[in-house]
Amino acid sequence: MLSFITKRIFSTVITIFVVITITFFLMRLMPGGPFSGEKKQTAQTIENLNKKYGLDKPVFEQYTMYLTSLSHGDLGPSMQYEGRTVNEIIAYSLPVSAKIGVVSMLFAMIVGVYMGVVAALNQGRWPDKLCMFISTIGITVPSFVIATLLIYVFAVKLHLLNAIGLDSPKDYILPAIALGGSAMAFVARLGRSALLDVVRQDYIRVARAKGLSRNTVIYKHALRNSLIPIVTYIGPLIAGVLTGSFVIEGLFGIPGMGREFIQSIGNRDYTVIIGFVILDATFLIVANLIVDILYAVIDPRIKIES
Amino acid sequence: MEIKSDSFERILKDEKKLNEIVRPSETYLQDAWRRLKENKLAMGGLAFVIFITIAAIIGPMLSKYNYYSQNFRIANQDPSSLHWFGTDKFGRDQFVRILYGARISLTIAYVASLLNLVIGILYGSIAGYAGGNVDNIMMRIVDVIWSVPSMIYVILLMVILNKPDHPSADGGMSSIIMAMAISFWVVMARIVRSQIMTLKEQEFVLAAKISGASSMRIILKHLIPNSMGPIIVTMTMSVPGAIFTEAFLSFIGLGISAPQASWGSLASDALDGYQLYPLQLFFPAMAICLTILAFNFLGDGLRDALDPKMRK
Repeated sequence: MLSFITKRIFSTVITIFVVITITFFLMRLMPGGPFSGEKKQTAQTIENLNKKYGLDKPVFEQYTMYLTSLSHGDLGPSMQYEGRTVNEIIAYSLPVSAKIGVVSMLFAMIVGVYMGVVAALNQGRWPDKLCMFISTIGITVPSFVIATLLIYVFAVKLHLLNAIGLDSPKDYILPAIALGGSAMAFVARLGRSALLDVVRQDYIRVARAKGLSRNTVIYKHALRNSLIPIVTYIGPLIAGVLTGSFVIEGLFGIPGMGREFIQSIGNRDYTVIIGFVILDATFLIVANLIVDILYAVIDPRIKIES
Repeated sequence: MEIKSDSFERILKDEKKLNEIVRPSETYLQDAWRRLKENKLAMGGLAFVIFITIAAIIGPMLSKYNYYSQNFRIANQDPSSLHWFGTDKFGRDQFVRILYGARISLTIAYVASLLNLVIGILYGSIAGYAGGNVDNIMMRIVDVIWSVPSMIYVILLMVILNKPDHPSADGGMSSIIMAMAISFWVVMARIVRSQIMTLKEQEFVLAAKISGASSMRIILKHLIPNSMGPIIVTMTMSVPGAIFTEAFLSFIGLGISAPQASWGSLASDALDGYQLYPLQLFFPAMAICLTILAFNFLGDGLRDALDPKMRK
């Protein structure tokens, strides 16, 4: 187990290093630099700015400089916002995105698993059909359509909730549903098919024969073994939503990482872009690692080969 | 032991017929097609896919409107007998723009999926067949690409490929296809590799080797045709993914540029005024949803039909 984890951490570090390298050089291929924006600047100003941020040096030297500062955990200064560092931008926008992400994943897990259980226990009857119909909608309708529909109905027509901003806890409802909708749909489907597999197994019959109540059998015995496909699916997804959604944050006016990322690409803000990509990739890789380890915790039958 | 002639019976012609194989034997694909035809949802999906594809090809030719002429006197109209889906804020016919959008959205989805297929099959079959160190190195590369959120690379590639100062004639279509092909082929490569890995140990491959077939021939003639089932399913399922991605890119302003229209850019254009004219958002969103739904049903049906284990 320990050697498995060390091995995985080692390969994780290499992967992140490759990601940093690829992103760094991709960035230099982008047309236009960070200082070629709308504001007219003299050649002298641009030269000074390039010098200030080290963009006048050879690309390889910039690369080694970046790696050195990164090893101290410093992602560098923003090239667009005078006096702000990438670390500061992340420290400000990550919690905003993470809060929405956590709420939306809780929504997806709780409602999705419950829908999956209801569907599996009523296989072929109307609750099953209703749940699968809702989940089909969740899978096929893009999140920006769900988001605009929600805003239109609940904010514009009914005036129940705010369309923009995150001032009260109520404001989390709409973005969380829009962001977690498709995940909820997938969880419901995965949960249903996994549960249908599990309830036919012998140990469930044994549990029933012992006289355990229906709910104990389902929620303590059957559900636990149906969680594996759900965890596999939701683990990497959590990493994705923590670092923000480009579309949802734009639509709801949420100052999170997704919106910052799109803005920084428009501004060619090299350091911010690399910083965000590194963070995103690290989150995803670590999430996959955690999923692998969780397998063994949820299902003792799976032995990790070392 | 003595064999008497009366312990034998002469077989009549009729009885001989009983043992004859009357039905023609079915190939794998014929069998799959027969089972697919029984699946109503999948056939509905297939019918819709064919319908929308043909509508995208010939639809715009049959209409008297085009996707670019503006007429402000008829801007923002509701659906009528003249304009079936109404008009947009520049007075352009929405119905025709959605048909043109179908051309671009579907072209992107089909070509990107096809490119994924070609790259994925080439890469996956080489890695799977070669095995050993070659496989190890090739799959580490796949792991690295796999571990980066693909949307981020698509966005980065879009920014690099789509130069705003020199807008291309196709409105950025080829850049989107390129970006998606570069980022999404790893899924197909993994599936092909795992198929090839299990198939290459089987006897028919050994037989082919003994007969002197080259590695190239074994891969192309024996291994890939035998892994066609999962490949077809993965490809069908990658089409809705490509439509989604195109819609997202256009939605955040990195996709198709005006006056060209894709479903994603139509939806994103309609956003500004959707509180007043929700129908302008409804129609392109509907087109995206129905197409994705159709491909999902078709893909599910194909998975059941092509899986030999599902055979009764």
